[in-house]
Amino acid sequence: MSERIPAARWSSEPMRRRLRRRHLVERRFRRLGLAAVGVALLALVTLLGSIVGNGWSAFVRTRIALEVFFDPALIGSLAEVPPAQREARASEVDWAALVRAALSRQFPDVSGRRDLRALVGLVSVGVRSELRSFVLADPALVGRTETLWVPAASDVDALVKGQLPRDAEAEGARLSAQELGWIAALEERGRLTRSFDWSFLTSGDSREAELAGVGGAIAGSLFILLVTLAVAFPLGVAAAVYLEEFAPHNRWTDLIEVNINNLAAVPSIVFGLLGLAVFLNAMALPRSAPIVGGLTLALMTLPTIIITGRSAIQAVPPSIREAARGLGASPLQVVGHHVLPLGLPGILTGTIIGMARALGETAPLLMIGMVAFVVDVPRGFADAATALPVQIYLWADTPERGFVEKVSGAIMVLLAFLILMNGTAIWLRQKFERRW
Amino acid sequence: MPARSPEALRLESPAAAERSGPAPGAKMSARGVSVYYGETAAVRNVDLDILRGDVTALIGPSGCGKSTLIRCFNRMNDDIPGCRVTGQIQLDGESIFGSGLDVVQLRARVGMVFQKPNPFPKSVYDNVAYGPRIHGLATRRSELDGIVETSLVRAGLWEEIKDRLQEPGTALSGGQQQRLCIARAIAVDPEVILMDEPCSALDPIATAKIEELIHELRGHYAIAIVTHNMQQAARVSQRTAFFHLGELVEYGPTAEIFTNPRVQRTSDYITGRYG
Repeated sequence: MSERIPAARWSSEPMRRRLRRRHLVERRFRRLGLAAVGVALLALVTLLGSIVGNGWSAFVRTRIALEVFFDPALIGSLAEVPPAQREARASEVDWAALVRAALSRQFPDVSGRRDLRALVGLVSVGVRSELRSFVLADPALVGRTETLWVPAASDVDALVKGQLPRDAEAEGARLSAQELGWIAALEERGRLTRSFDWSFLTSGDSREAELAGVGGAIAGSLFILLVTLAVAFPLGVAAAVYLEEFAPHNRWTDLIEVNINNLAAVPSIVFGLLGLAVFLNAMALPRSAPIVGGLTLALMTLPTIIITGRSAIQAVPPSIREAARGLGASPLQVVGHHVLPLGLPGILTGTIIGMARALGETAPLLMIGMVAFVVDVPRGFADAATALPVQIYLWADTPERGFVEKVSGAIMVLLAFLILMNGTAIWLRQKFERRW
Repeated sequence: MPARSPEALRLESPAAAERSGPAPGAKMSARGVSVYYGETAAVRNVDLDILRGDVTALIGPSGCGKSTLIRCFNRMNDDIPGCRVTGQIQLDGESIFGSGLDVVQLRARVGMVFQKPNPFPKSVYDNVAYGPRIHGLATRRSELDGIVETSLVRAGLWEEIKDRLQEPGTALSGGQQQRLCIARAIAVDPEVILMDEPCSALDPIATAKIEELIHELRGHYAIAIVTHNMQQAARVSQRTAFFHLGELVEYGPTAEIFTNPRVQRTSDYITGRYG
């Protein structure tokens, strides 16, 4: 053993070689990292690109201008009927005849039952109920002629959006040469337009692709999330505060902690089964209702809120607690005046992230009957409802061509909500972040 | 080990001796106090009086239990899991562990200033007003304003920050923060103020201001201060207690402890031979 550490020869050749190698390894690592980020970005762009590329047209609706004569001979004088009976009377009216008449005036040379039916087929079947509600809202319309922009049928819509060939002979054509001729004529006369339309966001589900919207699903998701928030937030925060600030540290609390951590990792469908057993079978709550969906998702979100709440509470420096206790604040005052307000941004961030997860959850809702065809937009917590991800699942399962864009459109809506919620969480965290 | 005088032996094993009652003029008195963390004793069998109108300094090397002991006087150790206090502590002759005195009230009567300035992340005003608010000391806003002003004046902070009462307390400088914490403690009108190394996180100028403040507060309150700084103990206190390894080695008038200690260990520590 020598007495001295040998002097390092910094400029010797082996030393330089080593240095070069080290730099090389570092450069290689940087390039690899950059490539990994690139692949991830590419995947994200491809995903978003294909969704937006398919989905933008869901927000655009093709409409046809009809000069509808509200024929008193067909409708009768609704104004004379007492308001209570108008609905019943209106249901007896042959609204399709009004549409047929209006289209016949556009194309006077079309005759024959078959051709006329094809002509009426250009506009959505939903136009009948549209006319009906129009007249019910204003019975004075009877006897007048109004120009109405009514939704076109799904195939016409797809053709105008370029999703179908404009050639009756081409592969995949769904419209005859005659129909294509009518459409061209309508376009020429400026009676056929496509424009951005809020109705996708406001209307409920429908069998007709051109009428289907995510309004019902948005309302359903909103009601579900309200229930989830109302149940999971207070329970989760109370549990986190109790475990962190009041509970003794012993074997039992350790056991509880382990269980909460495990619950956070339980697959969501298991919570669906739990909801089915407890809320539907044992408590007999209404099937397909937002209240049940919300309660089930609350069970799923609870562990997340408790865990993030505890870590937010832990992050409040002990010196603040000591200061408050040293002034004679009771334990509850220490929590209420100091720990909770200071931990709240963290708790809220965790809650929003838990809510975002609940918003995107499908599996538990399938188990409690929320995978349902719901036409009416739900107006309360006990109405039959569906949720956005379930709606996407339902539409993706539909064979009709018109629902393809609806699926992507609904995904866009869902992603927009998720980005909004996560953005709020980030904003909260940055706005209220404190440094001690 | 240096030879010990019989006097020192008596002080080091007070359990053997007959316990005396509280000294005349004692605001708080500890008799036979031991503090255990689990099985380890951090403080062993200490008798100590904190006198009215005096500053009592607790000195000793790190880990000697002086901070642990001072935290017994307002039962701050209650909140530490595994910490156990035995012995008797009285405030004005009444046991602080008895049922007659609620811990919340005890802490209002026996205020505390901590090692690191710990203002609440609220405004200066709310920091000082917090104590009076939770104890209901002021019924009207003007009364509360008065308490805040008086406390800040007493803490020597009023002139500096009277125009910045709505600024966050955490935005003040370290020394100002510590004086704010003193003002916050004063605001609930305590009888005793415990200070746990209040200057250890401060620069010399801020330290000088706090020491000056302790001088001014002396007449109003019984003050106990834990300090590592022996010059500080000599400057601010009238009585000094020297602790070593969890035991009270020597306790007496500051001048005597510093100029004429009776125990060898005290003199070794004070002259800087260890610690």
